Amino acid sequence: MIDLLTIFVLAVFVGFEVVSKVSTILHTPLMSGANAIHGVILVGAILITGRAEHALEVTLGLLAVFLATVNVVGGFVVTDRMLEMFKGHKGGKPVKSATNGHKEVGE
Amino acid sequence: MSPTWVQLAYLVAALCFVLALKGLSTPKYARAGNLLGAAGMALAVVTAYVDGAVHNGPLILVAVVAGVAVGIPAARSVKMTAIPQMVALFNGVGGAAAALVALTEFLAVPHGSVLFQVATVLTVLIGSVSFSGSVVTFLKLQEVMTTRPVLLPAGQFLGIGVAAVSALLALSVVLTGNSALLVLLALAGLALGVLFVLPVGGADVPIAISLLNAFTGLAVAASGYVLANTLLIVSGTLVGASGTILTRLMAQAMGRPLTNILFGAFQTTTATAATEEQRTVRSGTVEDVAILLGYAHSVLVVPGYGLAVAQGQHAARELAQVLEQRGITVHYGIHPVAGRMPGHMNVLLAEADVPYEHLKELDDVNPGIGSVDVVLVVGANDVVNPGARDEPSSPIYGMPIFDVDRAKAVVFMKRSMRPGFAGVDNSLLYNPKTTMLFGDAKESLTKLLAAVKQV
Repeated sequence: MIDLLTIFVLAVFVGFEVVSKVSTILHTPLMSGANAIHGVILVGAILITGRAEHALEVTLGLLAVFLATVNVVGGFVVTDRMLEMFKGHKGGKPVKSATNGHKEVGE
Repeated sequence: MSPTWVQLAYLVAALCFVLALKGLSTPKYARAGNLLGAAGMALAVVTAYVDGAVHNGPLILVAVVAGVAVGIPAARSVKMTAIPQMVALFNGVGGAAAALVALTEFLAVPHGSVLFQVATVLTVLIGSVSFSGSVVTFLKLQEVMTTRPVLLPAGQFLGIGVAAVSALLALSVVLTGNSALLVLLALAGLALGVLFVLPVGGADVPIAISLLNAFTGLAVAASGYVLANTLLIVSGTLVGASGTILTRLMAQAMGRPLTNILFGAFQTTTATAATEEQRTVRSGTVEDVAILLGYAHSVLVVPGYGLAVAQGQHAARELAQVLEQRGITVHYGIHPVAGRMPGHMNVLLAEADVPYEHLKELDDVNPGIGSVDVVLVVGANDVVNPGARDEPSSPIYGMPIFDVDRAKAVVFMKRSMRPGFAGVDNSLLYNPKTTMLFGDAKESLTKLLAAVKQV
């Protein structure tokens, strides 16, 4: 239990530290990226469904798996689409924006 | 305890998430960071499946495939202008998933340790709040419901009442291990989420989304205690902590403390009934504006959400090019919260190939704004509203703005006299320096482009 608490406290500091300096341009993608990461609840959803035996538990678990997958996949894809908009501008020369053919991420 | 290889895989995944967040805060590495996060997620999910899907494996796969089938098309087809509400929805389903996970585990093991019980009620409560709150922010941004603060009669007391009931329910669940009470707690959480977000209005909605995002992170962290899973604890906490910081940064970009944004609507109810007297508005023709622009030395374009919605970015860029060919300097003033979210306008303009070096931020523009000949405000309203600077009673008071009223002339392109997203009247519209050009932003810009070529 103390182990888990230690992990929690350390993660709080890491979380504060990693985004302490971020330009306003990246606020939206960062929010969206963090959003995708909390979709890791999918891991929990798979674990509980994997050991569920009663129909109700299986049903609720599967619903959680479904919702968490939407969160994960949607979160990463939307973030990638946003960031793709920026890529041409790093060198100062705009590149034609590609609204099709972006890579799929997630699973 | 899971086998060592599982623990190691989770550790690698957690590391990927830390690096992903780190990358996402630097323009250069943002995309790589996001991809790394996705890779970490893939590793974690495959590990969980191989290690934990003892029963119901095929069913789990079906649910995952269904989630992918819904998530990818939704994420790919959403317009860039609608990104904020999409993020809100994805956040909401994440919160719901966390609540469901804790609920399901509780049904299977109703009487655990006190720590387990506490973690369960926290996950269910925070997850439910996050879900219903996100749905309301979605409805607001989608403009299904009003974007203004909604104040229920005695809403404040209602909120406190529901919060008290939630606390009581949470306590009784911990003491009794009764699953019916846990379901009631989830319902109370849903009500709480709605009550929490209703009074948040206008440009503050994205900040509420960011906070709910942090909430979902905390719900996931709490579920990590329920399942004694370190990966969930680490990742959820990371998102909770970074989301809290991000929320604060966003509030700072609005120039106001967070408490003011969340609870401000309760305090400023007396305002807004300002002067309704007949004030004159000067409306001009496209030709008038073309002449004004054609003989200027410097022009500042202040784009807003209205420009993006009308898909007028390309017309704006062409107009800027024509003006530049005439030797006029053209810059874009990008407000940190232009659009529907901080940084949203940069995304929208990048999509339209507006040269990045032409985009100027507040601090670069305002000091020299007095020497700008014409400011072209296209579909923006709140970010140029002098009330944010001069009227302490204004709901957006304190938000940094472009001081366009100090420029030599202002052209305001707008559909109508209707106030902007924040629902606040703008005295700039009545300023003698201001010329109104009514109509759809794209149409007006196209006509303006033709007219400027004639000048």
